[in-house]
Amino acid sequence: MEKKITAPFDQNTIQDLHSGDMVYITGTIYTARDAAHKRMKEALDNKQALPIGIKGNVIYYMGPSPAREGRTIGSAGPTTASRMDKYAPQLLDMGLCGMIGKGKRSKEVIEAIVRNKAVYLAAIGGAGALLSKAIKKSEVVAYDDLGTEAIRRLEVEDFPAIVVIDCEGKNLYETAISQFCTIN
Amino acid sequence: MREIDVSEISKAVKNLCIDANYRLSSDMENAIQDACDKEKSVLGKQIFKQLQKNLQIAREEDIPICQDTGMAVFFINIGQDVHFTGGNLTEAVNEGVRQGYTDGYLRKSVVRDPIIRENTGDNTPAVIHYNIVSGEQVEITIAPKGFGSENMSRVFMLKPADGEEGVKNAIVQAVKDAGPNACPPMVVGVGIGGTFEKCAIMAKEALTRKVGEHSEIPYVKMMEEEVLDRINSTGIGPGGLGGTVTALAVNIITYPTHIAGLPVAVNICCHVNRHRSTVI
Repeated sequence: MEKKITAPFDQNTIQDLHSGDMVYITGTIYTARDAAHKRMKEALDNKQALPIGIKGNVIYYMGPSPAREGRTIGSAGPTTASRMDKYAPQLLDMGLCGMIGKGKRSKEVIEAIVRNKAVYLAAIGGAGALLSKAIKKSEVVAYDDLGTEAIRRLEVEDFPAIVVIDCEGKNLYETAISQFCTIN
Repeated sequence: MREIDVSEISKAVKNLCIDANYRLSSDMENAIQDACDKEKSVLGKQIFKQLQKNLQIAREEDIPICQDTGMAVFFINIGQDVHFTGGNLTEAVNEGVRQGYTDGYLRKSVVRDPIIRENTGDNTPAVIHYNIVSGEQVEITIAPKGFGSENMSRVFMLKPADGEEGVKNAIVQAVKDAGPNACPPMVVGVGIGGTFEKCAIMAKEALTRKVGEHSEIPYVKMMEEEVLDRINSTGIGPGGLGGTVTALAVNIITYPTHIAGLPVAVNICCHVNRHRSTVI
Protein backbone atom coordinates (compact mmCIF):
# COMPACT_ATOMS: atom_id res chain seq x y z
CA MET A 1 0.00 0.00 0.00
CA GLU A 2 1.21 3.56 -0.70
CA LYS A 3 1.01 6.08 2.13
CA LYS A 4 2.02 9.69 2.68
CA ILE A 5 3.34 10.20 6.20
CA THR A 6 4.81 13.02 8.26
CA ALA A 7 8.10 12.92 10.20
CA PRO A 8 8.72 12.77 13.11
CA PHE A 9 6.26 9.85 13.21
CA ASP A 10 3.58 9.81 15.89
CA GLN A 11 2.38 6.54 17.43
CA ASN A 12 -0.77 6.44 15.27
CA THR A 13 1.33 6.70 12.12
CA ILE A 14 3.72 3.97 13.25
CA GLN A 15 0.95 1.55 14.18
CA ASP A 16 -0.62 2.07 10.78
CA LEU A 17 2.62 1.16 8.93
CA HIS A 18 2.90 -2.43 7.78
CA SER A 19 5.84 -4.35 6.41
CA GLY A 20 5.74 -3.91 2.62
CA ASP A 21 4.06 -0.49 2.57
CA MET A 22 5.61 2.11 0.29
CA VAL A 23 5.71 5.49 2.01
CA TYR A 24 6.47 9.08 1.04
CA ILE A 25 7.84 10.98 4.01
CA THR A 26 7.47 14.73 4.50
CA GLY A 27 8.93 16.57 7.48
CA THR A 28 12.10 16.57 9.57
CA ILE A 29 14.60 13.72 9.90
CA TYR A 30 18.20 13.55 11.15
CA THR A 31 21.24 11.89 9.57
CA ALA A 32 23.78 9.90 11.56
CA ARG A 33 26.10 7.09 10.56
CA ASP A 34 29.04 5.17 12.05
CA ALA A 35 31.21 7.92 13.53
CA ALA A 36 28.24 9.99 14.79
CA HIS A 37 26.75 6.95 16.51
CA LYS A 38 30.08 6.18 18.15
CA ARG A 39 30.23 9.74 19.51
CA MET A 40 26.65 9.64 20.76
CA LYS A 41 27.42 6.38 22.56
CA GLU A 42 30.50 7.94 24.16
CA ALA A 43 28.41 10.93 25.27
CA LEU A 44 25.84 8.63 26.88
CA ASP A 45 28.57 6.58 28.58
CA ASN A 46 29.93 9.83 30.04
CA LYS A 47 26.44 10.93 31.15
CA GLN A 48 26.49 13.87 28.74
CA ALA A 49 23.51 15.17 26.78
CA LEU A 50 23.12 14.14 23.15
CA PRO A 51 23.39 16.91 20.55
CA ILE A 52 19.92 16.12 19.21
CA GLY A 53 16.73 15.05 20.91
CA ILE A 54 16.29 11.36 20.24
CA LYS A 55 12.78 10.95 21.60
CA GLY A 56 10.23 10.78 18.82
CA ASN A 57 12.77 11.38 16.06
CA VAL A 58 13.81 9.52 12.92
CA ILE A 59 17.44 8.81 11.99
CA TYR A 60 18.47 8.36 8.36
CA TYR A 61 21.72 6.39 8.02
CA MET A 62 23.31 8.55 5.35
CA GLY A 63 26.50 10.46 4.56
CA PRO A 64 26.01 12.71 1.52
CA SER A 65 28.44 13.65 -1.21
CA PRO A 66 29.32 17.39 -1.12
CA ALA A 67 26.72 19.84 -2.45
CA ARG A 68 27.57 21.72 -5.62
CA GLU A 69 27.09 25.53 -5.38
CA GLY A 70 23.40 26.38 -5.36
CA ARG A 71 22.36 22.88 -4.36
CA THR A 72 20.89 21.75 -1.04
CA ILE A 73 22.84 18.54 -0.82
CA GLY A 74 24.83 16.12 -2.98
CA SER A 75 23.94 12.52 -3.67
CA ALA A 76 22.13 11.20 -0.60
CA GLY A 77 21.24 7.50 -0.54
CA PRO A 78 21.12 5.15 2.48
CA THR A 79 24.09 3.32 3.95
CA THR A 80 24.11 -0.22 5.37
CA ALA A 81 22.05 -0.17 8.58
CA SER A 82 23.60 -3.22 10.26
CA ARG A 83 26.74 -1.23 11.07
CA MET A 84 24.60 0.79 13.47
CA ASP A 85 23.05 -2.32 15.10
CA LYS A 86 25.41 -2.08 18.06
CA TYR A 87 24.03 1.36 18.95
CA ALA A 88 20.37 1.20 17.81
CA PRO A 89 18.71 -0.68 20.72
CA GLN A 90 19.87 1.91 23.26
CA LEU A 91 18.59 4.78 21.10
CA LEU A 92 15.28 2.97 20.52
CA ASP A 93 14.92 2.50 24.28
CA MET A 94 15.46 6.26 24.62
CA GLY A 95 12.52 6.89 22.29
CA LEU A 96 13.94 6.89 18.75
CA CYS A 97 10.86 6.06 16.69
CA GLY A 98 12.22 5.37 13.23
CA MET A 99 15.31 4.44 11.25
CA ILE A 100 15.88 4.69 7.52
CA GLY A 101 18.71 2.70 5.93
CA LYS A 102 19.22 -0.39 3.84
CA GLY A 103 19.87 -4.02 4.62
CA LYS A 104 19.30 -6.50 7.42
CA ARG A 105 18.99 -5.72 11.14
CA SER A 106 20.07 -7.84 14.09
CA LYS A 107 17.74 -9.79 16.36
CA GLU A 108 18.46 -7.30 19.16
CA VAL A 109 17.41 -4.35 16.99
CA ILE A 110 14.22 -6.08 15.86
CA GLU A 111 13.33 -6.86 19.50
CA ALA A 112 13.95 -3.22 20.41
CA ILE A 113 11.74 -2.08 17.52
CA VAL A 114 8.87 -4.24 18.79
CA ARG A 115 9.48 -3.34 22.46
CA ASN A 116 9.36 0.38 21.71
CA LYS A 117 6.80 0.37 18.88
CA ALA A 118 9.23 1.83 16.34
CA VAL A 119 9.76 1.18 12.63
CA TYR A 120 12.63 0.42 10.22
CA LEU A 121 12.36 1.64 6.66
CA ALA A 122 14.59 1.04 3.65
CA ALA A 123 15.39 3.60 1.00
CA ILE A 124 16.72 2.32 -2.31
CA GLY A 125 20.46 1.72 -2.00
CA GLY A 126 22.52 3.45 -4.66
CA ALA A 127 19.74 5.82 -5.71
CA GLY A 128 21.44 8.83 -4.11
CA ALA A 129 20.82 11.26 -6.96
CA LEU A 130 17.08 10.49 -7.00
CA LEU A 131 16.74 10.66 -3.21
CA SER A 132 18.56 13.99 -3.04
CA LYS A 133 15.66 15.56 -4.95
CA ALA A 134 13.35 14.88 -1.98
CA ILE A 135 15.65 16.78 0.41
CA LYS A 136 14.61 20.43 0.51
CA LYS A 137 16.85 21.67 3.32
CA SER A 138 19.99 20.36 5.00
CA GLU A 139 21.80 21.81 7.99
CA VAL A 140 24.67 20.40 10.03
CA VAL A 141 23.56 20.40 13.67
CA ALA A 142 26.38 18.45 15.39
CA TYR A 143 29.84 16.98 14.95
CA ASP A 144 30.73 19.29 12.06
CA ASP A 145 34.31 18.00 12.14
CA LEU A 146 33.11 14.58 10.97
CA GLY A 147 32.44 15.98 7.50
CA THR A 148 30.06 13.70 5.62
CA GLU A 149 29.44 11.82 8.90
CA ALA A 150 28.22 14.92 10.77
CA ILE A 151 24.65 14.95 12.11
CA ARG A 152 22.37 16.85 9.74
CA ARG A 153 18.79 18.00 10.12
CA LEU A 154 16.97 17.40 6.85
CA GLU A 155 13.66 18.77 5.68
CA VAL A 156 12.25 16.21 3.27
CA GLU A 157 9.26 16.20 0.97
CA ASP A 158 7.77 12.98 -0.39
CA PHE A 159 10.96 11.05 0.41
CA PRO A 160 10.32 7.50 -0.88
CA ALA A 161 10.95 4.52 1.41
CA ILE A 162 9.62 1.04 2.07
CA VAL A 163 8.53 -0.31 5.45
CA VAL A 164 10.77 -3.32 6.09
CA ILE A 165 10.30 -4.06 9.81
CA ASP A 166 7.04 -2.81 11.29
CA CYS A 167 6.21 -2.27 14.96
CA GLU A 168 5.05 -5.88 15.27
CA GLY A 169 8.38 -7.19 13.99
CA LYS A 170 7.19 -8.36 10.56
CA ASN A 171 10.22 -8.36 8.28
CA LEU A 172 9.80 -7.77 4.54
CA TYR A 173 13.31 -9.06 3.75
CA GLU A 174 12.24 -12.49 4.99
CA THR A 175 8.70 -12.64 3.66
CA ALA A 176 9.37 -11.13 0.21
CA ILE A 177 12.51 -13.15 -0.49
CA SER A 178 10.87 -16.46 0.46
CA GLN A 179 8.01 -15.61 -1.90
CA PHE A 180 10.37 -15.60 -4.91
CA CYS A 181 12.94 -18.17 -3.79
CA THR A 182 12.94 -21.32 -5.93
CA ILE A 183 16.09 -23.03 -4.59
CA ASN A 184 17.32 -24.06 -1.14
CA MET B 1 60.91 4.12 -26.02
CA ARG B 2 58.07 6.60 -25.54
CA GLU B 3 58.17 9.35 -22.95
CA ILE B 4 55.00 10.27 -21.06
CA ASP B 5 54.86 13.16 -18.62
CA VAL B 6 53.07 12.05 -15.46
CA SER B 7 50.93 15.21 -15.53
CA GLU B 8 49.08 13.51 -18.42
CA ILE B 9 48.31 10.62 -16.08
CA SER B 10 46.95 12.99 -13.40
CA LYS B 11 44.71 14.71 -15.93
CA ALA B 12 43.35 11.41 -17.25
CA VAL B 13 42.75 10.07 -13.74
CA LYS B 14 40.87 13.21 -12.70
CA ASN B 15 38.49 12.89 -15.65
CA LEU B 16 37.99 9.16 -15.07
CA CYS B 17 37.04 9.73 -11.41
CA ILE B 18 34.38 12.28 -12.32
CA ASP B 19 32.99 10.55 -15.40
CA ALA B 20 32.74 7.12 -13.74
CA ASN B 21 30.81 8.54 -10.79
CA TYR B 22 28.27 10.54 -12.82
CA ARG B 23 27.52 8.15 -15.67
CA LEU B 24 27.26 4.38 -15.79
CA SER B 25 28.72 2.67 -18.85
CA SER B 26 26.25 1.66 -21.56
CA ASP B 27 26.65 -2.09 -20.84
CA MET B 28 25.43 -1.48 -17.27
CA GLU B 29 22.56 0.78 -18.37
CA ASN B 30 21.45 -1.83 -20.91
CA ALA B 31 21.66 -4.62 -18.35
CA ILE B 32 19.46 -2.65 -15.94
CA GLN B 33 16.90 -2.02 -18.71
CA ASP B 34 16.84 -5.73 -19.66
CA ALA B 35 16.52 -6.75 -16.02
CA CYS B 36 13.62 -4.35 -15.51
CA ASP B 37 11.80 -6.01 -18.40
CA LYS B 38 12.46 -9.46 -16.94
CA GLU B 39 11.65 -8.76 -13.26
CA LYS B 40 8.44 -10.48 -12.13
CA SER B 41 7.98 -8.73 -8.76
CA VAL B 42 5.77 -5.63 -8.98
CA LEU B 43 7.76 -3.87 -6.25
CA GLY B 44 10.99 -5.06 -7.92
CA LYS B 45 9.93 -3.47 -11.20
CA GLN B 46 9.16 -0.21 -9.38
CA ILE B 47 12.64 -0.30 -7.86
CA PHE B 48 14.22 -0.79 -11.30
CA LYS B 49 12.29 2.25 -12.55
CA GLN B 50 13.65 4.27 -9.60
CA LEU B 51 17.18 3.11 -10.44
CA GLN B 52 16.75 4.21 -14.04
CA LYS B 53 15.39 7.58 -12.96
CA ASN B 54 18.38 7.88 -10.60
CA LEU B 55 20.81 7.28 -13.47
CA GLN B 56 19.06 9.87 -15.58
CA ILE B 57 19.19 12.53 -12.83
CA ALA B 58 22.88 11.82 -12.19
CA ARG B 59 23.73 12.11 -15.89
CA GLU B 60 21.70 15.24 -16.55
CA GLU B 61 22.52 17.14 -13.36
CA ASP B 62 26.16 16.15 -12.83
CA ILE B 63 25.54 14.58 -9.43
CA PRO B 64 27.06 11.27 -8.30
CA ILE B 65 24.89 8.21 -9.04
CA CYS B 66 25.52 7.05 -5.45
CA GLN B 67 26.70 9.13 -2.49
CA ASP B 68 29.33 6.48 -1.82
CA THR B 69 31.69 7.48 -4.58
CA GLY B 70 34.01 4.76 -3.39
CA MET B 71 37.63 4.14 -2.76
CA ALA B 72 39.36 4.72 -6.11
CA VAL B 73 40.69 1.41 -7.43
CA PHE B 74 42.87 1.34 -10.54
CA PHE B 75 44.15 -1.30 -12.91
CA ILE B 76 46.98 0.25 -14.89
CA ASN B 77 48.62 -1.64 -17.75
CA ILE B 78 51.97 -0.10 -18.56
CA GLY B 79 53.72 -0.84 -21.83
CA GLN B 80 57.31 -1.82 -21.03
CA ASP B 81 58.61 0.64 -23.64
CA VAL B 82 57.19 3.64 -21.78
CA HIS B 83 59.38 5.99 -19.76
CA PHE B 84 57.59 8.28 -17.32
CA THR B 85 58.95 11.80 -16.84
CA GLY B 86 58.09 14.77 -14.65
CA GLY B 87 57.60 12.93 -11.37
CA ASN B 88 56.50 9.76 -9.65
CA LEU B 89 53.73 7.73 -11.31
CA THR B 90 51.90 6.69 -8.12
CA GLU B 91 51.95 10.26 -6.83
CA ALA B 92 50.54 11.40 -10.18
CA VAL B 93 47.65 8.93 -9.92
CA ASN B 94 46.89 10.13 -6.40
CA GLU B 95 47.07 13.76 -7.56
CA GLY B 96 44.44 12.92 -10.19
CA VAL B 97 42.22 11.34 -7.52
CA ARG B 98 42.69 14.39 -5.28
CA GLN B 99 41.61 16.77 -8.08
CA GLY B 100 38.79 14.55 -9.35
CA TYR B 101 37.19 13.97 -5.97
CA THR B 102 37.49 17.64 -4.99
CA ASP B 103 36.48 19.34 -8.27
CA GLY B 104 33.80 16.73 -8.99
CA TYR B 105 32.04 17.11 -5.62
CA LEU B 106 32.62 13.43 -4.89
CA ARG B 107 32.47 12.08 -1.34
CA LYS B 108 35.80 11.67 0.42
CA SER B 109 35.48 8.34 2.17
CA VAL B 110 39.08 7.34 2.85
CA VAL B 111 40.58 7.34 6.36
CA ARG B 112 44.36 7.52 6.89
CA ASP B 113 44.54 4.67 9.36
CA PRO B 114 42.08 1.76 9.66
CA ILE B 115 41.96 2.00 13.47
CA ILE B 116 42.44 5.72 14.17
CA ARG B 117 40.12 6.62 11.27
CA GLU B 118 40.95 10.25 10.46
CA ASN B 119 39.62 11.21 7.03
CA THR B 120 42.38 12.12 4.57
CA GLY B 121 40.07 14.78 3.12
CA ASP B 122 40.81 14.08 -0.55
CA ASN B 123 39.98 10.37 -0.99
CA THR B 124 43.65 9.45 -1.39
CA PRO B 125 45.42 7.15 -1.40
CA ALA B 126 44.01 5.10 -4.25
CA VAL B 127 44.42 1.33 -4.49
CA ILE B 128 46.50 0.74 -7.61
CA HIS B 129 47.27 -2.52 -9.39
CA TYR B 130 50.10 -2.11 -11.92
CA ASN B 131 50.66 -4.61 -14.66
CA ILE B 132 53.56 -4.56 -17.13
CA VAL B 133 52.57 -5.40 -20.71
CA SER B 134 54.18 -5.17 -24.15
CA GLY B 135 54.18 -1.96 -26.16
CA GLU B 136 54.38 1.76 -25.45
CA GLN B 137 50.90 2.64 -24.27
CA VAL B 138 49.38 3.06 -20.84
CA GLU B 139 45.84 1.78 -20.24
CA ILE B 140 44.15 3.11 -17.11
CA THR B 141 40.95 1.56 -15.78
CA ILE B 142 39.19 3.01 -12.77
CA ALA B 143 36.66 1.09 -10.69
CA PRO B 144 35.50 3.30 -7.78
CA LYS B 145 34.25 0.82 -5.18
CA GLY B 146 31.56 1.57 -2.62
CA PHE B 147 31.75 -0.39 0.60
CA GLY B 148 28.12 -1.47 0.99
CA SER B 149 28.92 -4.28 -1.40
CA GLU B 150 32.68 -4.43 -0.76
CA ASN B 151 31.94 -5.36 2.87
CA MET B 152 29.95 -8.39 1.71
CA SER B 153 32.80 -9.83 -0.40
CA ARG B 154 34.57 -13.05 0.58
CA VAL B 155 37.68 -15.18 0.01
CA PHE B 156 37.27 -18.97 0.30
CA MET B 157 40.31 -21.26 0.48
CA LEU B 158 38.62 -24.40 -0.86
CA LYS B 159 40.15 -27.87 -1.21
CA PRO B 160 40.93 -29.28 -4.67
CA ALA B 161 38.35 -32.02 -3.94
CA ASP B 162 35.63 -29.35 -3.61
CA GLY B 163 35.90 -28.88 -7.38
CA GLU B 164 33.55 -26.95 -9.63
CA GLU B 165 30.49 -27.64 -7.48
CA GLY B 166 32.27 -26.33 -4.40
CA VAL B 167 33.16 -23.14 -6.23
CA LYS B 168 29.59 -22.61 -7.44
CA ASN B 169 28.20 -23.19 -3.94
CA ALA B 170 30.70 -20.70 -2.46
CA ILE B 171 29.68 -17.96 -4.91
CA VAL B 172 25.95 -18.48 -4.30
CA GLN B 173 26.52 -18.59 -0.53
CA ALA B 174 28.41 -15.27 -0.63
CA VAL B 175 25.51 -13.66 -2.51
CA LYS B 176 22.92 -15.12 -0.11
CA ASP B 177 24.87 -13.84 2.89
CA ALA B 178 25.11 -10.40 1.26
CA GLY B 179 21.35 -10.27 0.62
CA PRO B 180 19.89 -6.77 0.76
CA ASN B 181 23.05 -5.24 2.26
CA ALA B 182 24.95 -5.22 -1.04
CA CYS B 183 22.37 -3.11 -2.92
CA PRO B 184 21.12 -5.75 -5.35
CA PRO B 185 20.82 -6.21 -8.29
CA MET B 186 24.51 -6.99 -8.10
CA VAL B 187 27.35 -7.76 -10.43
CA VAL B 188 29.41 -10.63 -9.04
CA GLY B 189 33.14 -10.66 -9.76
CA VAL B 190 34.90 -13.98 -9.14
CA GLY B 191 38.55 -14.95 -9.12
CA ILE B 192 39.38 -18.66 -9.10
CA GLY B 193 42.93 -19.95 -8.65
CA GLY B 194 46.25 -18.23 -8.05
CA THR B 195 46.92 -17.52 -4.39
CA PHE B 196 45.04 -15.88 -1.50
CA GLU B 197 45.74 -12.34 -2.79
CA LYS B 198 45.78 -13.12 -6.51
CA CYS B 199 42.21 -14.46 -6.54
CA ALA B 200 40.96 -11.34 -4.73
CA ILE B 201 42.56 -9.02 -7.28
CA MET B 202 41.12 -11.11 -10.12
CA ALA B 203 37.66 -10.93 -8.55
CA LYS B 204 37.90 -7.13 -8.52
CA GLU B 205 39.23 -7.04 -12.07
CA ALA B 206 36.37 -9.29 -13.20
CA LEU B 207 33.97 -6.48 -12.22
CA THR B 208 35.54 -4.26 -14.88
CA ARG B 209 34.60 -6.68 -17.66
CA LYS B 210 31.52 -5.57 -19.57
CA VAL B 211 28.25 -7.01 -18.37
CA GLY B 212 27.05 -9.37 -21.10
CA GLU B 213 30.53 -10.47 -22.11
CA HIS B 214 31.59 -13.93 -21.00
CA SER B 215 34.84 -15.75 -20.32
CA GLU B 216 36.45 -17.15 -23.47
CA ILE B 217 36.98 -20.49 -21.70
CA PRO B 218 33.91 -22.64 -22.52
CA TYR B 219 33.50 -24.33 -19.11
CA VAL B 220 33.97 -20.99 -17.31
CA LYS B 221 31.30 -19.37 -19.50
CA MET B 222 28.94 -22.22 -18.57
CA MET B 223 29.72 -21.69 -14.88
CA GLU B 224 28.98 -17.97 -15.23
CA GLU B 225 25.58 -18.73 -16.73
CA GLU B 226 24.67 -21.47 -14.27
CA VAL B 227 25.71 -19.51 -11.19
CA LEU B 228 23.76 -16.46 -12.42
CA ASP B 229 20.65 -18.64 -12.76
CA ARG B 230 21.12 -20.01 -9.27
CA ILE B 231 21.64 -16.52 -7.81
CA ASN B 232 18.48 -15.30 -9.52
CA SER B 233 16.57 -18.21 -8.00
CA THR B 234 17.38 -17.08 -4.45
CA GLY B 235 14.49 -14.60 -4.52
CA ILE B 236 16.58 -11.76 -3.02
CA GLY B 237 15.57 -9.43 -5.86
CA PRO B 238 16.10 -5.69 -6.43
CA GLY B 239 16.79 -3.86 -3.19
CA GLY B 240 16.65 -7.24 -1.44
CA LEU B 241 12.88 -6.83 -1.37
CA GLY B 242 12.08 -10.00 -3.28
CA GLY B 243 12.17 -10.73 -6.97
CA THR B 244 13.56 -12.69 -9.86
CA VAL B 245 16.59 -10.52 -10.68
CA THR B 246 19.23 -10.54 -7.93
CA ALA B 247 22.33 -10.27 -10.13
CA LEU B 248 22.92 -8.82 -13.58
CA ALA B 249 26.04 -10.86 -14.30
CA VAL B 250 28.63 -13.23 -12.89
CA ASN B 251 32.09 -12.51 -14.31
CA ILE B 252 34.79 -15.10 -13.60
CA ILE B 253 38.55 -14.92 -14.16
CA THR B 254 40.76 -17.99 -13.60
CA TYR B 255 44.51 -18.44 -13.08
CA PRO B 256 46.83 -21.41 -12.52
CA THR B 257 47.11 -22.48 -8.89
CA HIS B 258 48.99 -24.84 -6.54
CA ILE B 259 48.34 -28.62 -6.39
CA ALA B 260 47.14 -28.27 -2.79
CA GLY B 261 44.66 -25.43 -3.15
CA LEU B 262 41.56 -23.94 -4.78
CA PRO B 263 41.30 -20.25 -3.78
CA VAL B 264 38.06 -18.50 -4.71
CA ALA B 265 37.30 -14.81 -4.19
CA VAL B 266 33.87 -13.28 -4.62
CA ASN B 267 33.88 -9.50 -5.00
CA ILE B 268 30.31 -8.29 -4.96
CA CYS B 269 29.37 -5.00 -6.58
CA CYS B 270 26.06 -3.21 -6.37
CA HIS B 271 24.12 -2.05 -9.43
CA VAL B 272 26.34 1.05 -9.46
CA ASN B 273 29.16 -0.99 -11.03
CA ARG B 274 31.36 1.85 -12.20
CA HIS B 275 34.27 1.27 -14.51
CA ARG B 276 35.95 3.47 -17.10
CA SER B 277 39.08 3.03 -19.17
CA THR B 278 41.33 5.28 -21.18
CA VAL B 279 44.49 4.70 -23.21
CA ILE B 280 47.38 7.14 -23.25
